[in-house]
Order: sequence, then structure tokens, then C-alpha cells
Amino acid sequence: MKQISPDQLKDLIQGLQYRGYITIGPTLQNGAIVYSEILDINDLPIGITDSQKPGHYRTTQTNSNAIFNYVVGTQSIKRFLYPPIQKIFSAKFTEKKIEIQELDKPSQRYAFIGIRACELEALKIHDTIFSKSEFKNSRYTTLRHNSLFIAVNCSKAEKNCFCTSMNTGPEVKYDYDLLLTEINKNERHYFLLEVGSEKGEDIINEFDFSDADESEINEKYKVIEKTKSQIEKFLETDGVKESLLQSFESPVWDDIAKKCLACGNCTMVCPTCFCMTVEDYTDLERNSAERIQKWDSCYTLEFTYIHGGSVRVSVGSRYRQWLTHKFATWQEQFGTFGCVGCGRCITWCPVGIDVTEETTKIKKLSQLQTTSLEEL
Amino acid sequence: MQAMIPSSYRIQKFIKETQDTFTIELKSIESKNGFTFEPGQFNMIYIYGIGEIPISISGDPNKSGILTHTTRAVGIVTKEMAKLKKGDIVGIRGPFGRPWPVREAVGNDIVIVAGGIGLAPLRPVIYHVLENREYYGRIILLYGARTPQDILFRKELEKFRSRLDIDIIVTVDRAIKGWTGNVGVVTTLIPRAPFDPINTIAMICGPEIMMRYTIIELIKRGLGKDKIYVTMERNMKCGIGFCGHCQYGTEFICKDGPVFSYKEIEHLFGKREL
Ligand SMILES: Cc1cc2nc3c(=O)[nH]c(=O)nc-3n(C[C@H](O)[C@H](O)[C@H](O)COP(=O)(O)OP(=O)(O)OC[C@H]3O[C@@H](n4cnc5c(N)ncnc54)[C@H](O)[C@@H]3O)c2cc1C
Ligand code: SF4
Ligand code: FES
Repeated sequence: MKQISPDQLKDLIQGLQYRGYITIGPTLQNGAIVYSEILDINDLPIGITDSQKPGHYRTTQTNSNAIFNYVVGTQSIKRFLYPPIQKIFSAKFTEKKIEIQELDKPSQRYAFIGIRACELEALKIHDTIFSKSEFKNSRYTTLRHNSLFIAVNCSKAEKNCFCTSMNTGPEVKYDYDLLLTEINKNERHYFLLEVGSEKGEDIINEFDFSDADESEINEKYKVIEKTKSQIEKFLETDGVKESLLQSFESPVWDDIAKKCLACGNCTMVCPTCFCMTVEDYTDLERNSAERIQKWDSCYTLEFTYIHGGSVRVSVGSRYRQWLTHKFATWQEQFGTFGCVGCGRCITWCPVGIDVTEETTKIKKLSQLQTTSLEEL
Repeated sequence: MQAMIPSSYRIQKFIKETQDTFTIELKSIESKNGFTFEPGQFNMIYIYGIGEIPISISGDPNKSGILTHTTRAVGIVTKEMAKLKKGDIVGIRGPFGRPWPVREAVGNDIVIVAGGIGLAPLRPVIYHVLENREYYGRIILLYGARTPQDILFRKELEKFRSRLDIDIIVTVDRAIKGWTGNVGVVTTLIPRAPFDPINTIAMICGPEIMMRYTIIELIKRGLGKDKIYVTMERNMKCGIGFCGHCQYGTEFICKDGPVFSYKEIEHLFGKREL
């Protein structure tokens, strides 16, 4: 383990840029933490901290010089590897054929700085979906393969975090190239730096960083313990899948539908949601056409449209799709939960619906084998 | 993503089947290799600048030189397709999906139950079993159409029937003058259909409600749930498990289906708004 100063972190970022990486890190934009291109360490949210509760998100400027003293921002890095809007091809119509022009292979190399344990876990889930199925999403696979991941151990937790329940955090344990732990103690501000891959090793070799001593290394575990102790939200995941699969006809769904606005925010901020739709465009003369793919959400009525009408008309049935997918059917499809416990869906739900509460309620109902909400 | 890129096919023949249903026969422009598929698989058909939709392959799986689709014009894309003519070009991606269990059915009687356009995805099964007739027991097709004018592939059905080694029973919801055949929904044909329930595989395609009642009748006749196969329909944007639209509980209809045994999806089947 190495220990580096903020100035050395600055050098590290510059080194990545020299190597041709586009450096992506947390930035403060319109009052929220957003992953975006950073040119310098000063673009990072120095002294910014956040507070998150159901339906609530605020950032505040503090006097501290800590850089990573927030939990998770609005969105994960999903948008870089799997962009919200993406051309699939352009096409020209000729007498002879439909001439398809495919996109060039993506050439950009991203270095993601500051990503959290839960976000790395979400990345692993996308790997399963996009790179390990029968068909491959080659753009995702290429971008991901060419990226560098510099993770950070969370130094605080917020009210909506439940990574400990999902077994995804807060400690970053694997799948990183480099790992930082920020220590800000006794007037001393530094980072512990660990190497997790050859790619990471290769980068570090260029620098002359000094080794961390035992007392510094101990600080890492203190940070993780402190963060863990701040996590209040809990979901007992045992039996959740079975309960949900038995609860397609539970009254809970209609009950949630009274609150849920079917806005789809939860699916848009979710680091694992992968649904997309396809749209075709032409110019007025129909000389050239384009096909675009766009993130989509199972909360929209159009999502299940087939001739004659949509399948999931009621809001309850759409909420059921989302929750059941995350905690039950995902396991059958991809072998893991579709949830990493980052809490974004709770934070960004305009009415503060809490997945852990709803899931627990459904589990209780199903175990009591009752359909009466009053009995709970 | 190669599977997301359509390739060009030219229409060799446009056949108007009924008032609202038509068949197109296609040949690849870009490749000389034929189009191989298994009965029950589907393609995503791209109508330039309009959109792309899933349509089952309705042709003979042994004739790879020609790709055949039969479509009912119902909405934006299908109505535009209905205007196509010989020489026109469409884009094709596929074949996708899990086929009908024609291999598993070897040695069994086969009951095919189709409603309306549902006959199109099952026609490759009929071709296949008739070409490999010696491997199967009795073959029975029960087909329900709205009216006598809506009967699909009528000439071909008459030709099949004249082989005498397939039972074809047709019924219509509403008769018109001159129709002397059965009237009533297709499920009414099941109790009398001549198959041996111990040794039969059933393949059903039609509206969900028709499939539901067909399953009930088949189970009454003693067919096992694992011997009854249905094909499901949901919105599809990719055909390869990426868009999420076709999810049906635990299943992706595009890659885990569209053909399922009833046993596999019994826990989902008939659940509202799934
Ligand atoms: C696996 C599979 C096989 C099919 N095979 C056949 C076939 O052999 N013959 C046939 O006539 N029809 C078949 N269908 C149904 C056919 O796909 C729809 O009738 C068609 O998509 C309607 O498109 P539209 O634009 O004309 O209708 P609109 O009502 O205008 O629909 C607008 C859009 O919604 C979507 N959509 C609408 N209905 C459906 C639907 N039923 N399934 C999926 N997406 C839909 C499409 O993206 C469509 O472009 C099949 C469907 C599936 C899922
Ligand atoms: S179906 Fe809904 S919950 Fe599942 S991945 Fe798609 S948008 Fe997310
Ligand atoms: S059609 Fe896209 S996932 Fe099945």
C-alpha cells in the first residue's frame, strides 16, 4: 500500500491524461455530484458533502478539504459505458440495397476516478448482461475493457445506503485497478493507494510514491468501520426472491400505486437498469435514415405496447415489474440481485418510496400468507 | 453489434392471403448462403425509415433459398409492409428465439392448434413433420379463423389434407353463406380430436385467451403440462436480450422463448399485466 498527498493525486490525474485517458470524476453541477470530465484536481468536489433521505438530496460546502466526502452522486458511470442515447447505424436507401453504415469502434479510453464499491458491483452486473450472454454488446465491452477504474472507499454513508445488506460495500475489495482511501485526520490530508491489477501497477510504476506505514494502513480500516457504522438501512435479503415470485397478485402493488407517479426516475438513476428502446428517424425525402437506441424504463405505458394496447396498464403492475426484477427475476436471469444497495432510487423518488420498506412489507405479507395490509 | 444490424433482402413474391394478411418471399441481396432457421424462430423485419418488428418465419425450413414471412396488417409498420411489392427491399435480422419442439416430438402424435395469424408461425412445423412423416405418429391440425374468408393458406391446407396422413379440422367463429364446415371456437374441436394423449405433443399459437382455453381442454384430455407448448408475444425492440421489453416474469421471450412448454411458464401464464 502506498500513501500519496493531494498534490501527488494531481500528478496521477495528469499522468493518466498523458497516457491518453479521458479522466472522469465527480464534479459539482447544479448542486449535485455528477460524473463528468475533469481536467484537474480542482474540478473535484473539494469540501462538498451531501445529505440523502427518501426523496431528498442536498449538497453543502464545508470548510474541509476532503475530496470524496459524499456518498454516491446522481448517476453512476453507466452513462459513459452505455450511453443514454446512442446511434446504432445510419442507413441509405438505394435501388440495390439498404446501405448500412455502422458506427466506428469506440476509441476513447476512460479513467474513472472516485467510483464506489456499489458502482463496481453494478459494473460487474453489466458485464454479465452485455459481455457474457449469447449476444454481446461490443461497444460496451470495448469501452469497458479500455477503461481504468480508480475506486474510493466510502468515508461516510447516508440515510439511503444499504450496501451492507446487498453485500456490495462499503469496502472496495476487488475489480479495481487502483484504490484510494481518503484520510483527513489531525490536520493531515492524504490518500492510501492500493493496486488491484497489472494495468494499475503499470501506471503507478511511473511515480515515486512512498509506502504507507502500519499506522497509516490502520487508518483505512478505521474509515471503513466508521462508514459501516453509519449505515442504518437494512434489507433482509434471505427469502426475498421466493416471496416476490409468490406475490404477483399481492394487494401491495395497488397500495404502492397510490403513491407511485410512474415517473421512471428510479430506473434512470439505477446503476444496473439496462433497458432501452429503439427509434428510427429519416430525413424528409427519406434519403437517409438513422436508428437510435435510448435508455428506456419499464414505468412507461409504451414499454409493453403490443397491437391493441399495453400489457402493463396499471401503475401497480409497472412498479411490480421494477421491484420484482431487481430482487427476484434478475437472479433467475443473471444469477445476482439487480440491486447494489446504492439507494439512488430512494433518494431520487419524488415521493420517497423506499425499496427496502416495500420489499420487506411484501415479504412479511407473503410469509404470513395473508393478503390484508392491515394485518401487518 | 452484429446482431443489431439488418441485412438487405429483396421481395421475390408478394402474395395476398386474405383481406388483411399477406406473405412475402425474400432472397438475400448480400449473401449467397441460404437462410437457415428452425420452425418457430422469428426475424426482426426493418421497413426502411418506418420501423422494425418481430415476425415469425412461415416458410419451409428445408428450403433455405427462400425466406418467407406472413404478416397481418394491423398498425404502423405492418400496414406499410402491406404496400410492398415484388422487387422491394427490406432489412432482416435473425433468426432469433427458441424453436418448436419438433425434435423432442419424434415418435409422438402431434396436435397443432392455431388461431388466426397463429397458423403462420406453425406452418414451418407442418412442413417439417410432413417431410419427415415417418418419424411422427398422427398429425392433427386444429385451426380456427374468424370467417371463411380469413382462412389462411387455404389452397395449401386442401393440398395437405389430400395426402390423407394429416387430419386437418378447420372451424370459423362466424359462418357466411356457403360455409358447410364447423362453426365455433377452435377449443371446441379438442374433445373429439383423434390423438393418443399419452403420447402426444401439442403446439399452440394464437391469442393468449385462446391458448388458455386450449390448454384447459388439452389437460382435460390427459395431456401433461410438459407436453403442451405455446408461443408468447410481447413488445420486442432487439430480439437478443438487451432491450428488456419482452420480459415475462423470469423469462425473456425473445431468447428464452417465444416457444415455451406450459410447464415452464405455468407460474406466469394468465397472471394479469405481467
Ligand atoms: C415473436 C413474435 C412473432 C410474431 N410473428 C408474427 C407473424 O408471424 N405475423 C404477424 O402478423 N405478426 C406477428 N407478430 C406480431 C407483430 O410483431 C405485430 O403485429 C407488429 O409488431 C405490429 O406492428 P405495427 O407497427 O404494425 O403495429 P402498431 O400497433 O402500430 O405498433 C407500433 C409498434 O409497437 C410494437 N408492437 C405492436 N404490436 C406488437 C406485437 N404484437 N408484438 C411485438 N411488438 C409489437 C412494434 O414496435 C410496433 O412497430 C409477432 C410478434 C412476436 C413478438
Ligand atoms: S425492466 Fe425495469 S427494473 Fe428491469 S432493468 Fe428494465 S427498466 Fe430496470
Ligand atoms: S426483445 Fe429485447 S430483450 Fe427481448
